[in-house]
Amino acid sequence: MKKSKQFWVFAVLAIAIYAAVQFMISGGFLNNFYSNTLIFMGINIMLAVSLHLVIGITGQFSLGHAGFLAVGAYVSAIMTMKLDLPFFAAILIAGIAAALAGLVVGIPSLRLRGDYLAIATLGFAEIIRIIFLNIDYVGGAAGMQVTHLTTWTYTFICLFVTILVIVNFTNSRHGRACIAVRENEIAADAMGINTTYYKVLAFAIGSFFAGVAGALYAHNFYIIQPANFGFLKSIDILIYVVLGGLGSLSGAIVATILLTIVSTFLQDFPETRMIIYSLVLIIVMLYRPQGLMGKMEFTDYLKMWMRPKRGSQHEQ
Amino acid sequence: MEWLQQLINGISLGSIYALIALGYTMVYGIIKLINFAHGEVFMIGAFIGYISITGWGLGFFPALLLSMAICAIIGVIIERIAYKRLRNATRIAALITAIGVSLLIQNGVIYFRGAQPAAYPDVFANKSFNLFGAQISTQAILILSVSVVLMLILQFIVHKTKIGKAMRAVSYDAEAAKLMGINVDNTISATFAIGSALAGAAGVIFGIYYTKIDPLMGVIPGLKAFVAAVLGGIGIIPGAVAGGLVLGVVETVVSALGFSLWRDAAAFIILILILIFKPSGIFGKNTREKV
Repeated sequence: MKKSKQFWVFAVLAIAIYAAVQFMISGGFLNNFYSNTLIFMGINIMLAVSLHLVIGITGQFSLGHAGFLAVGAYVSAIMTMKLDLPFFAAILIAGIAAALAGLVVGIPSLRLRGDYLAIATLGFAEIIRIIFLNIDYVGGAAGMQVTHLTTWTYTFICLFVTILVIVNFTNSRHGRACIAVRENEIAADAMGINTTYYKVLAFAIGSFFAGVAGALYAHNFYIIQPANFGFLKSIDILIYVVLGGLGSLSGAIVATILLTIVSTFLQDFPETRMIIYSLVLIIVMLYRPQGLMGKMEFTDYLKMWMRPKRGSQHEQ
Repeated sequence: MEWLQQLINGISLGSIYALIALGYTMVYGIIKLINFAHGEVFMIGAFIGYISITGWGLGFFPALLLSMAICAIIGVIIERIAYKRLRNATRIAALITAIGVSLLIQNGVIYFRGAQPAAYPDVFANKSFNLFGAQISTQAILILSVSVVLMLILQFIVHKTKIGKAMRAVSYDAEAAKLMGINVDNTISATFAIGSALAGAAGVIFGIYYTKIDPLMGVIPGLKAFVAAVLGGIGIIPGAVAGGLVLGVVETVVSALGFSLWRDAAAFIILILILIFKPSGIFGKNTREKV
């Protein structure tokens, strides 16, 4: 009863945000620059949330998210540009292709833990990038022309579905199994949780939404190049998740919104932007290694705020 | 004698990787941290060599020594500021900090000097010898001899000196080493100093070999050196050397066969294969994880 009430509040809020922005865009109150920033923000949130499932919930440290983004971007671009499929079909196929890539990466990587897994996923992402670099069909290093199809409506629907699926997954039995894997893999295994299955599942779902984000990303620009999907892009996404708090979905979203705004204003000074990013990363890790919000969600803060007399430790 | 030529090229390249990989493997062996900033120390080493040769007119060997000294200091500073607080933090937090330090150094250098590449000066007349039909340049001989000498010195330090003994003790069990009266902090700093000095030397050699350096040059060689360290068994010093040489030869062979665009992918494919089939590396022993 309570969960469904929460859902309806979320849904109404989401539709209100959508309608307000759509009204402002069609009414001409938002110019191209701002609506593009909003779309870009939506794509980044999708990426952050999908990586949050892999790192924050399942505890699998992946440094190769840009690889799945690249798969989604290229597959969707091939679908719309070469095969003339409609955009929504291209988005779906991009997601499925990225999920398959996630399975391919996830299954062999299962024998690895911690920083070995990070390095292996980094290697996989680099291999994906080099493959696209060497295929002439998608333009090699020069890149591939893509028409501009991403609109606020598409972005919003995809974002809504992403958050909905990942929140529900996290709160389900499967999500709790993933959290158990994060907390202690060996203990979870001993308790009868099929750790392999859940790690691969989280990887595949995360990759699916990264692929969907890739489709939107590709069709938001006029050209995609392998250079856009390098190691630095993976780090960008990682920073959103880490800054918000490893394990906090709302934290990831808030951090993404803040950092997208900051980087939009620093667009002309890429070095300054990266210096600020790296300093923020180092300082947060040194003084608050669990991220700004830790494992707390926004709703947890609301509960604490509404019942200030009872401390949060009594709620457990 | 084409293959001999390729083998020599591969070994020259591999010895650069080996020098960087030694730093990775030592740091990993002692504090279980993948020091992502190591590739950036390598880059700084190359730039110090460049400045001291072109700007201050030093010869090759003084430039090499200066670069090693400054890199050692930088390595220790990085360790003291960024990693020391995280000794007992989670591995992920330490890894993310290392990535942050690496980005900071890269972009700091770009901020202060710009991203444009610099042409490394020629310090040696480029003569080449004919050995069984293969051309060996003086540079290749220089690279090899400098690497071999540095590795021998490292071997001596680790196995014959007091600090080497302390390093081996700390990497075996830091807590027990502390109880036995070893100053763990100083030992870790010494490890960083030695590893970074080797990376600095590798940077100068790299500059002479490739004649071009830029602020982002540390990323790919850094990752490849890490692959070399994993290949040989991370934490094992002879393993890093063997891994570096194997990687250099494989890369050169891949290029020679006409797949030069796939050269970078080769290193990562090797990495993934080794991680899947023998995660402990060529020289490593399998260890069971205890609960």
